[in-house]
Amino acid sequence: MIFWQLFYTFLVIGAFTFGGGYSMIALIQGEVVNHWGWMTAQEFTDLLAVSQMTPGPVGINTATYAGYTAVINAGYPAWAAVCGSLLASFAVIVIPMALVLLVSGWLLRHTDDHRVASVMRVVRLAVVGLIAAAALGLVGTESFGGVGLNKQFIVSVLIFAAVFILSWRYKKSPILLIVASGLVGLIVYSIF
Amino acid sequence: MVKYCDIFWSFFKIGTFTIGGGYAMIPLMQRELVTKHGWMGEEEFMDQVALSQAMPGVFAVNMATMTGYRLRGKCGAAVAIVGNVLMPIVFILALAMFFRTFRENPVVERIFMGLRPCVVALIAAPVFTMAKSAKVTWSNVWIPIASALLIWMLGVSPIVVVLVAALGGYLYSRLRHNP
Repeated sequence: MIFWQLFYTFLVIGAFTFGGGYSMIALIQGEVVNHWGWMTAQEFTDLLAVSQMTPGPVGINTATYAGYTAVINAGYPAWAAVCGSLLASFAVIVIPMALVLLVSGWLLRHTDDHRVASVMRVVRLAVVGLIAAAALGLVGTESFGGVGLNKQFIVSVLIFAAVFILSWRYKKSPILLIVASGLVGLIVYSIF
Repeated sequence: MVKYCDIFWSFFKIGTFTIGGGYAMIPLMQRELVTKHGWMGEEEFMDQVALSQAMPGVFAVNMATMTGYRLRGKCGAAVAIVGNVLMPIVFILALAMFFRTFRENPVVERIFMGLRPCVVALIAAPVFTMAKSAKVTWSNVWIPIASALLIWMLGVSPIVVVLVAALGGYLYSRLRHNP
């Protein structure tokens, strides 16, 4: 049953996301694209691009979008798909919300406890790896075209290198970089 | 007592103007919650940021839950969360309804061919920024590398990696403090 699958999947995604939206991407991709097939890998990358330009956290945006497309693909009408997207968004926040309400008071008094500090230090190290895995998982023919001396691959590698340097070294705004890359794509692929 | 509509309106604004992920929201949150309304001090705000990052889930929603709860209990938390996610959900729903037909358009497809490598780079860059704030050194760099390879090459679930890391951190503190 599609609604139960959605609820359960996003409940788990919400419960195990540490360190913000980016660390969630590998997990969401594994579930939503590879396991359930609710959207294609290319659709997922496009959604990531769009969610950088629309308001809202990546986790909520993906839950809303996947909830809608999963229910439509299963053959239900649009109103049911809207319910599916609300259900998935609710599922993503319900466990963290309960945890925050239950333990945030206690944790705020124990942030200097050596066990809590040690657990968080190692989890933070693993989260760096989680984000690296998300970036590696998105490198593929969907994002770069086929490897070789073809037009799309060369243009893609150049865009990747430029955005990486501008974002990492010069802290340029993601919105600016996305708008610029879109323009470059439009101009280059229209002319050549 | 703080009014529900003030809590709602503050988080509605924060949610609507968060573009590019939760952390971009911190300066705006600080202005709304600390400077403008004085609902908490600078230090309480920083503690709340650290704790929201440490807890699972969406960072912005955790901040909304904590602030709402602090101000008006459980109902306050609910009001803050709804205010925070309302606009994002409306935006993405509209997008999900029209995205598929819209993507077939050749002009849109060319734009997305430029966007896709850009998104990969935007996710790769924070790896290096975060490595600094997570205090990666030569002696512990194997932890992020092993995590990335386990997930990417062997298809291990990120959930397992986080749980093992948490357990490892706990055992490490036990070993150091109870020899």
